[in-house]
Amino acid sequence: MGRLKAITIKEFWALVRDPKARMGLFLPPLLQLFLFSYAATLEVRNIDLGLYDMSSGRYSQELVQRLDGSPNFKRIEVLHSPEDLRQAIEDQDVIAAIVIEQDFDRRMASGQSAEIGVVLDGRRSNAAQIVAAYVTRVASGIGAQVSNLPEPEGLRVTNLYNPSLDFVWFNLPSLIVMLGVITSIAVTGLSISRERELGSFDQLMVSPLRVHEILLGKMLPALGFGLLNGAIFIAAAQLIFDVPFRGSYAVFFAALIVFNIALIGVGMFVSSLSRTQQQAFLGSFLLTIPIIMLSGFASPVENMPEWLQVLNHANPAMYFLPVAQSIFLKAMPLSAVISWMWPVVLIAIVTLSASAWLFRARME
Amino acid sequence: MSGNLARLDRRRLAALIRKETVQIVRDPSTLLIAFVLPILLLFIFGFGVSLDANSIRVGMVVQDSSPQANSLAQALRASPYLEIEESPTVQPLRDRMVANRIRAMIVIPQDFGASIDRRAPLPIQVATDGSQPNTANFAAAYVQGIYGTWVEQQGMAPGVPTVTVNTRYWWNPELKSRFFLIPGSITIVMTMIGTLLTALVVAREWERGTLEAMMATPISMTEFIASKLIPYFVLGMGSMALCTVLGIVVFGVPLRGSVFALFLLASAFLVPALGLGLFISAATKNQFVASQAALFSGFLPSFLLSGFIFEISSMPRMIQAVTYLVPARYFIPPLQTVFIAGDAWGMFARNIAAMLTFGALFFLLAYRTTRRSLD
Repeated sequence: MGRLKAITIKEFWALVRDPKARMGLFLPPLLQLFLFSYAATLEVRNIDLGLYDMSSGRYSQELVQRLDGSPNFKRIEVLHSPEDLRQAIEDQDVIAAIVIEQDFDRRMASGQSAEIGVVLDGRRSNAAQIVAAYVTRVASGIGAQVSNLPEPEGLRVTNLYNPSLDFVWFNLPSLIVMLGVITSIAVTGLSISRERELGSFDQLMVSPLRVHEILLGKMLPALGFGLLNGAIFIAAAQLIFDVPFRGSYAVFFAALIVFNIALIGVGMFVSSLSRTQQQAFLGSFLLTIPIIMLSGFASPVENMPEWLQVLNHANPAMYFLPVAQSIFLKAMPLSAVISWMWPVVLIAIVTLSASAWLFRARME
Repeated sequence: MSGNLARLDRRRLAALIRKETVQIVRDPSTLLIAFVLPILLLFIFGFGVSLDANSIRVGMVVQDSSPQANSLAQALRASPYLEIEESPTVQPLRDRMVANRIRAMIVIPQDFGASIDRRAPLPIQVATDGSQPNTANFAAAYVQGIYGTWVEQQGMAPGVPTVTVNTRYWWNPELKSRFFLIPGSITIVMTMIGTLLTALVVAREWERGTLEAMMATPISMTEFIASKLIPYFVLGMGSMALCTVLGIVVFGVPLRGSVFALFLLASAFLVPALGLGLFISAATKNQFVASQAALFSGFLPSFLLSGFIFEISSMPRMIQAVTYLVPARYFIPPLQTVFIAGDAWGMFARNIAAMLTFGALFFLLAYRTTRRSLD
């Protein structure tokens, strides 16, 4: 026990001794939290729209005014020719342009159905589809208005847990997971390889420390930092970003500990495998990317092809990301958390035993 | 180091580049990042990240047994976009939603059929899981679409003149998100090689003190920097070419512009990427810190603040201002254009100028930091 304490303290100081490294542990994650929680939104707002109106009558004016009044659109650029239109879209001055044919007003006035054209930038097909949906919604309103008929409600949509679908509420819990992955794997990934590169590994070997003590000594400070960062993020989420935390702190931290141990296992494995810090860094980076990208943050897991979903079962973030989101917003109960997190326990066991085995194998 | 900073001796430079190249080839991890990482990234973005429509798991409660309710329920079940899970009451579905197993629930209310006969239809209730806003939007839109089609089929639509919207998506009529994800991931690959790899390699030399040894030789500053940059420039262009070929062959992304424009744009982007890497290494002189700094100033902004996935115009003003400092912001639109649309030289020229300006700035910073730390 005394030996374990000593090595833990030594590893702790190895992490924070250098003031730059100290900053590297805390500053970038916090900065990223601010920048990215507001940046990562799949909403489409403040759109610049082009308009090529060959009809210019009462109804087309009405349509333009409605579009202009919508909060989704920032500016409507009037285009005078098909050539203008092509140029505006090609240079990405506008993401879409509405084309109103000459007979639009005549048809609407006589109570016939009419058509408008929308040309969209296929280079940004995702945003373009959302813009097309906005335009369609506005345009279909015109028809109802013309006939003075009330539009039946049809569908009553409520958004539970996040009524205004605020993206920051989704991003903050997710960023806790992503930044946790980056820091934990990087800290442990470099721990053993640094000793190898600096030559202090041999000193560690001739010390009376047992292998499990060395490994635990390297894990505990990393775990401590992971939890501390998590605590800072949770506080920031509530105090600065006004994201509600509705679940239990105990459950959240229990899940966070399990998740961090699995990540530390990944980092230790890479670290035992690498001869230099550079190899360790690149190796951990090579694993960090898929862990983050396939976690479900960038796009839903269900959208991936079958074979990738199978591979993704080995990804600890795939389990913890929905758990973090759900504890925050939906107060996910312990039973549901366990139903999600047990594979992460398995992953932790596998990665930790693999790294201990590799560490031993590399000693001789 | 020689006082004549601008001196460039071709033989010395060639020797230095050879030394650097040998180092790259000898270390498997460098080749790993130059060739395995691009392939991995491309596959992850090509297969793993898809913003295309897909089926969403939703719960459904049908509280009415009229033929109309059954017919609507059948229409919802038949949709390829929804994977319906049915329950007689709402509570179990709520639990499933808290446990993150379903994304929305639909309730067809009691008396639905009779209300249609009265020509005052009761609304269908849709409750989405707001903890994933994007999926929530999709789920509501799918149900809306199915409901709209069903209403039309039932002949319930009121006699209103309708305005139909005829959409045309230029260059990508099939709306494949891969078309913009592949150029985006090429940007990330090049950021990694330009910034991360350079930062790591040079930081290691600082850490080990081999840089001071180099400084003691008669090489000039320019030769030193050039010898670091040229091999990584070649490596960056190599992996760009690899990604391009894979993107075209494996993922079916077209290359409608000219290869010349592609190379010109890629070369222009590598200038700020390499400059940032050099600056980070000189400012940190420590591999761990350099790696973290490169991740946070290179990789994440290229991913999140470049317009790659997230629209810049939707971001708050403050953050929009920050995106102007991200070189990838000037690379992604012309790169997407050269792949998907074709050559648009006006736009290319503006963006190339912006990238080179940032490149010059980063090099100046790197140069000053290196000089200061030598004194």
